[in-house]
Amino acid sequence: MKEEKQNKNPHDRHPMLEQLSQLWRNKTAVIGLFIITIFFLTAIFAPALSPHNPLETSLYDQLKPPAWYEGGSTKNILGTDDLGRDTLSRIIYGARVSLIVSMVSVGLAFVCGTLLGSIAGYYKGARDSIIMRIMDMILAFPYLLLAIVVVAYLGPSLQNAMVAIGITYIPRFARIVRGSVLEECEKDYVMAARSIGARHLRIIFLAILPNCMGPLIVQTTLSMASAILDAAALSFLGLGAQPPTPEWGAMIARSRGLILRASWVMTFPGIAILLAVLGFNLLGDGLRDALDPRLRD
Amino acid sequence: MPNAATHTYMMEAIELVKHYPIKGGVLLKEVASVKAVDGVTLKIKPGETMGLVGESGCGKTTFGRAILRLEEPSDGQVLFNGENILDYDTKKMRALRKKMQIIFQDPFSSLNPRKTIAQIIGEPLRIHGMRNRSQREERVLELLRVVGLRQEHMRRYPHMFSGGQRQRIGVARALALNPQLIVCDEAVSALDVSIQAQVLNLLKELQEEFGLTYLFISHDLHVVEHISDRVAVMYLGKIVEIGNSDKLYEKPLHPYTQALLSASPMPDPTRQLSRIILKGDVPSPIDPPQGCRFHTRCRYAKDICHQRQPKLREVESDHWAACLFAGKVGIW
Repeated sequence: MKEEKQNKNPHDRHPMLEQLSQLWRNKTAVIGLFIITIFFLTAIFAPALSPHNPLETSLYDQLKPPAWYEGGSTKNILGTDDLGRDTLSRIIYGARVSLIVSMVSVGLAFVCGTLLGSIAGYYKGARDSIIMRIMDMILAFPYLLLAIVVVAYLGPSLQNAMVAIGITYIPRFARIVRGSVLEECEKDYVMAARSIGARHLRIIFLAILPNCMGPLIVQTTLSMASAILDAAALSFLGLGAQPPTPEWGAMIARSRGLILRASWVMTFPGIAILLAVLGFNLLGDGLRDALDPRLRD
Repeated sequence: MPNAATHTYMMEAIELVKHYPIKGGVLLKEVASVKAVDGVTLKIKPGETMGLVGESGCGKTTFGRAILRLEEPSDGQVLFNGENILDYDTKKMRALRKKMQIIFQDPFSSLNPRKTIAQIIGEPLRIHGMRNRSQREERVLELLRVVGLRQEHMRRYPHMFSGGQRQRIGVARALALNPQLIVCDEAVSALDVSIQAQVLNLLKELQEEFGLTYLFISHDLHVVEHISDRVAVMYLGKIVEIGNSDKLYEKPLHPYTQALLSASPMPDPTRQLSRIILKGDVPSPIDPPQGCRFHTRCRYAKDICHQRQPKLREVESDHWAACLFAGKVGIW
């Protein structure tokens, strides 16, 4: 009998761990992870980190420039908006809003998309056709437009924006899961599971889906990025977060008339969006490299 | 064998048919069908090894899966210990799966890469009611020992094993529920020749130890000869010849079997056989030839072969062939 494959790490490691160590070697992914970690920590410790109450207005401090500008003070490091609210504090609390919106909407899309996609891919036939045609219908709309329609129907609020974004993201998860499930169904271990008498649900959830996780994780991360962006866009249009909620998109929308007089009010929320989206995208790309089965043996 | 006394045959496939529909057009109507298995009757006695050979695409794998209902047969009957299992509902079928198992060709795709060996081998036990974890592990250990693997392999993942070891894991999984019948679907084809012999010997030992019945599917004539008591030869969804292993290899009756045997390389310089080279390709199973399915490539084909479909008939005692001229003197 041939000896076992000579691995560098002959330990009994889960394949997932191998991939994680590969991820660690990918510099862009580590940068992305770093940004996201800061983003998460900011959101969690917002009350401790922010110097002011984000909702507190101050008539004396209207449109104060950032500290390093003439007329700025260390009291409001990133300046204030037209109601005298501290920009830094609002951005810090805005991280909370963005994080919750993206997690809830992507979570919704993940659960629904995975369920629908695995049903379509596993059972095939009529169920597949019906589910995927509905997904095609959702995809046929420009998704921001669809989100606007959903919000317009449900009424503008942050919760409804989450639902709207979640619904528009279902097809991308459903498609990826369906594709992976179809691929995995061809493998003998699925038939082996049937031959030992496993039930369908057991096969789908315990045998097939764990093997579809790679592309799913990548899609989740990348979707987090676009969810942040879309939430900001909806809020910018007045369909998401309602004033006075400190939301990045809403902050930009509110201050866009001031861009010539006080550009900083609009710039910093924009940079915050940029960084958060960039972080998730970098991590997503790195994960794709680490988890893509075609790049592994 | 507990049921050996009650039935002459453990497994009988009677006129088994498996057609795969090809759908076309806007309404997805069935426009044609791939006749993968087209009326196969095969009976397997308890404790024997039935070999099933044929070139790729002849339907042997589909047949092996159809008798286990891993592919639902389109027509015909499958009797297991005398009972038609095609009438079984899901629940009854699930219970029956304990008694019939399958070993797959590709040891790399037949083991779930995300599970440890203990989980893979323990899963059938868990599904069939062995809830106690330590009890399960004990049985897994026993199975690992039976197939020649070590205790420390239990916690490892499939990618840490060689092809031969993986196939042993597949064998252990198949044995877990003490089955009566095991379908070995090209079980050694993906392995190196030296490893093939080891796995074949393992299968033989297990057969003696546990009184197993095998349906051994392979395209490799020598492997089948080595392990089988009886051999069936399949061509284009039908069985063309069945006989005892010795007889069939010694004196093949069907021209297709003759061609197959003559084409297969023999590591024996004294055996001088003129090679029969078959013309053309296997006809499409979507539209198989009228009459005898082999007539398009048969060197002896006569006009009548284009019209009449030969039935399997007992040309010599316990040696059946589906050829109008099989055994008639003077043709070959």
